Amino acid sequence: MKVVEIKPDVFWVGAIDWNIRDFHGYSTYKGTTYNAFLIKDDKITLVDTVKGPFFNELLHHISQIVEPNKIDYLVINHVEMDHSGSFLQTVDAIKPEKIICSEMGEKALVQHFKRTDLPYQVVKTGDSIRTGKKTIHFIETRMLHWPDSMFTYIPEDKLLISSDAFGQHWATSARFDDEVPFDELMNHAAKYYANILLLYSPLVQKLLAKVKELNLDIDMIAPDHGLIWRKNPLAIIEAYDRWSRQEAKRKAIVVYDTMWHSTEKMARSITDGLIDEGIETIPMSLKVYHRSDIMTELLDSKGLVVGSPTINNGIFPTIADILTYMKGLKPVGKIGFAFGSYGWSGEAAKIISQYLSEMKVEQIIEEPLRIQYVPDHEALKKCYELGRKLGERIKETV
Amino acid sequence: MNPKLWQCQTTNCGYIYDPDRGDRKGKIPKGTPFEDLPDDWKCPVCGASKKMFRPVETPSTAK
Repeated sequence: MKVVEIKPDVFWVGAIDWNIRDFHGYSTYKGTTYNAFLIKDDKITLVDTVKGPFFNELLHHISQIVEPNKIDYLVINHVEMDHSGSFLQTVDAIKPEKIICSEMGEKALVQHFKRTDLPYQVVKTGDSIRTGKKTIHFIETRMLHWPDSMFTYIPEDKLLISSDAFGQHWATSARFDDEVPFDELMNHAAKYYANILLLYSPLVQKLLAKVKELNLDIDMIAPDHGLIWRKNPLAIIEAYDRWSRQEAKRKAIVVYDTMWHSTEKMARSITDGLIDEGIETIPMSLKVYHRSDIMTELLDSKGLVVGSPTINNGIFPTIADILTYMKGLKPVGKIGFAFGSYGWSGEAAKIISQYLSEMKVEQIIEEPLRIQYVPDHEALKKCYELGRKLGERIKETV
Repeated sequence: MNPKLWQCQTTNCGYIYDPDRGDRKGKIPKGTPFEDLPDDWKCPVCGASKKMFRPVETPSTAK
């Protein structure tokens, strides 16, 4: 495959991972890319590397432009292994004069690769290096999403290389936002935000303010995953502003699993009540939906209802999975309740209710809704009414 | 109540300052209580200021 020149003398030299379907617990139904960029100037600079098994692809792409050993500077924006996995092989191939990273980046590189003998040069926000015609500026973005994370900005090209921010897991033959359907692109970007960055929303707000304050002139954003924002860089910045304020709409998700369809019947009746109240609702069975898709739907939902049968005095394992995952991603401002069918001890709904409290979900009932064994018509009516009640409450707030 | 350990509250950081260990990077010698850290001291993991720290009630093993 030929490399793509994204700006004069700036090339995409990354790798496409067509076959990955699980990215540390995040479902990537359409693969992903590991983007790396080569800046051809008096001093030749490579920004980021790729995941270990893709090193040859990186080298093949670099070789189309320059002899790899002609590269002078290697910039490491982020040490997570999908970008640094081929760090040592890359260093061996290019023998860089400088390896440029943040202070936390140097620490993480040493902790990952045990090489203290390499020519690290630590940079912080405000630092820049001149490569000839171009200047490369650095902006530290600590804890977005790792302590070592930073952005690289080239003012002459109005280009922001944004590491793991503004990315999407999507493997395509296209390289730019205007070459793919926009709605699908935004869905991938939303999923990425909901599953990787949601918990950092307060920091994202600060970062967006900082970018404003630095008055960066940006007409292209090149993330380390997925498509490059060439036509619509503002669209993704605006979306990050919206997502990081966790703005929700009149929408609810009813997350559940079931053993003998009783909790499922309850979920369906709750869903019916919400729908009849005019709320966009999705019942999400853990047998059908992956945890990362549930987070994507939660991103703009006001309502969060979770149900589980009781098994061996506890919650169903798939519900433990989604609740652990969800709690870590720190959604805020949700309204909902817990429910579940049970046989005799009935702990599950109470355990869910505790999780919802920890996530500061406004629960519209004192005690979770529990039905013994199989819900009859009367019980399902109760579920339906509770769905309606939640719908009313959502409409009061959104 | 004067707990020794203080934890950074930055999202997903969780660094714990332990006076018995000090902070080599910030040139803080062992035995320095949290209260005596200079005002411009920063969290060695995420760079937050002292204001972002809260006392830890129970000794943690998250190191």
